[in-house]
Amino acid sequence: MLKFAVRRLLLLIPILLGLSILVFLFVRALPGGPETALLGERSTPERAAAVRAAYGLDRPVYEQYASYMGRVAKLDFGVSIQTQQPVTEEIGRRFPATVELATMAILFAVVIGIPLGFVAGRRPSSWVDNLSTVGSLLGIAIPVFALGFLLKYLFAVKLGWLPGTGRQDVRITTEHPTGFYVLDGLLTGDLPAAWDALKHLVLPAVALGTIPLAIITRITRAAVLETGNEDYVRTAEAKGMTRSVVTRRHILRNALLPVVTIIGLQTGLLLSGAILTETVFAFGGMGSFMASALFTRDFPVIQGGILFLAVVFVVVNLLVDISYGFIDPRVRAS
Amino acid sequence: MSGDAGVAVVDEVPGLVDGTPLLKVRDLTVTFSSRNRTTVRAVDGVSLDVAPGSTVGIVGESGSGKSVTSLAALGLLGRRGVEVGGSVEFDGADLLHMPEDELRAVRGREIAMIFQDPMSSLNPVLTVGRQITEILERHRDLKGNEARDRAAELLQSVGIGDSLRRLRSYPHQLSGGMRQRVMIAMALACSPRLLIADEPTTALDVTISAQILELLRLLVAETQTALVLITHDLGVVAGMCDTVHVMYSGRIVESAPRRALFAEPQHPYTTGLLASVPRMDQPRGNPLLPIPGSPSDTLPWSQGCAFAPRCTRRVPESVGCPPPLLHVGSRAGRHLVRCVNPVPSP
Repeated sequence: MLKFAVRRLLLLIPILLGLSILVFLFVRALPGGPETALLGERSTPERAAAVRAAYGLDRPVYEQYASYMGRVAKLDFGVSIQTQQPVTEEIGRRFPATVELATMAILFAVVIGIPLGFVAGRRPSSWVDNLSTVGSLLGIAIPVFALGFLLKYLFAVKLGWLPGTGRQDVRITTEHPTGFYVLDGLLTGDLPAAWDALKHLVLPAVALGTIPLAIITRITRAAVLETGNEDYVRTAEAKGMTRSVVTRRHILRNALLPVVTIIGLQTGLLLSGAILTETVFAFGGMGSFMASALFTRDFPVIQGGILFLAVVFVVVNLLVDISYGFIDPRVRAS
Repeated sequence: MSGDAGVAVVDEVPGLVDGTPLLKVRDLTVTFSSRNRTTVRAVDGVSLDVAPGSTVGIVGESGSGKSVTSLAALGLLGRRGVEVGGSVEFDGADLLHMPEDELRAVRGREIAMIFQDPMSSLNPVLTVGRQITEILERHRDLKGNEARDRAAELLQSVGIGDSLRRLRSYPHQLSGGMRQRVMIAMALACSPRLLIADEPTTALDVTISAQILELLRLLVAETQTALVLITHDLGVVAGMCDTVHVMYSGRIVESAPRRALFAEPQHPYTTGLLASVPRMDQPRGNPLLPIPGSPSDTLPWSQGCAFAPRCTRRVPESVGCPPPLLHVGSRAGRHLVRCVNPVPSP
């Protein structure tokens, strides 16, 4: 298992190398550069050239790349052109928000999706199955921002049950040692603060988790349906095992294998930020941060951010593969 | 032997048992239907008896309804699009109309089953040990070490050495023969009174297959378990069955004690099956004689003999009304055949 993990982590090196080249060329291929965003209307060709020179953008691309990678090797991702803060600090400030949001969204999707898909798969063509099919299609079809606005309008504006913007009430001034607001509230013993942060997560998590929910429901349904026809399920029935044992031990465990893969992929995607959801709910995570960096051509932030998210994605999928080994002994062996 | 039109000829019951049969199947009919396809009658009025401790063979090609018969008897066909008629009595209790909980208590404890493909019939994510202990927990109330020790004994009894270590193996770590041994150990875990083996050796190598059959034969003899052996291989039947039923297209076409069946096969289908088995006692040059056509060239039983389209002994009477299953010779001979033009005895 350790060997497997190490091998997978070593694979990160070529992935990151390739990705860094792509991103490096991509941002430089965009029309305009950081000087456009920095100078705006005050821009003159001389001033623009001066800004470009200050950030080394006048040098040949391969030279820029070499010196950038030289610094990255020392884990120095540079300084944001917009805020003049180190990129690592900027990411460190936003990433916890994204993790919180993604975790809640995936929890929402898993806690509802697996049972729903399971019941639908056990009783195909029943009303639960039909309802879940229609619901899943709706969930995939509705644009995230539309759903976000709808939820916000209904539950935040009309009913006033839940907050519709931000990560925490601005009047709460608790310490944030970790940046995970719910966790911070718990750590500092400020339970109302944790509760408030949690309430702020509900609407964005539902909006963001709807597509994963629909996908997980469909995959679980298909897997349960298929596993139900397996010979070993018939064996379990022939052994006279009770219905609940057949269901839990023989069907569910085997059906979960493909579901776990999907959960991993979806988690990886959610962790790379949710631009639309974050924008609708003014939730300052990686998504809106990366989007604004792209608009202002903040090269160091775009480059560092994408490399960071690639590492996150690979690590999450590695964890999924490792967890796969716990469920499926055949994977463990090979 | 043709039944007069207008006079209903009732089939005789094959393998009728003196005294109380352990398993009594009467007029079992299984129909599959779905919204888009036409209904298929997979089993069509099958009756048979199994005496306690006896070994009964059911022989036929794929699609003859032999597996469906056994699955239907145990309520393992599922409910959707399946209609099961007739009656199946086990030790006097009607299995087809038994409440589900009671049926689940009978399965595995009183009647056990072994399936064709040991590769797919074991749960891939559970250890072999778990799959044996769970049945001991369910029907024998054994737990923990007790269950584990009993499971190890069972593995020993089916010829798996180093059994305590083997309990921790997963199915994919075992060979096909080993897996089928595990299936047998599971089936015999609760000393059932009836064991149904559905093509237990089809997926195995010839040498392994012989070992598995020998093991089955020894175990059922030792434990006095009645065995229903479902196979397409007459050679398998020849070695171990007391009574043999030959099925074609959902019906029993010939039924006889083993010796009578092999010495004087009466139905052209049975003789066809025998002629298509390679034999060591024949000269090398003798060609095998396959049965012409395929099982899909059948006539619905309502229109005559289903085998008629492939039959070399077809006569005009073969078509028209379904031939009944009737005794050949004396009733005591227990040899029944469903044919209007049976093969004459040699």
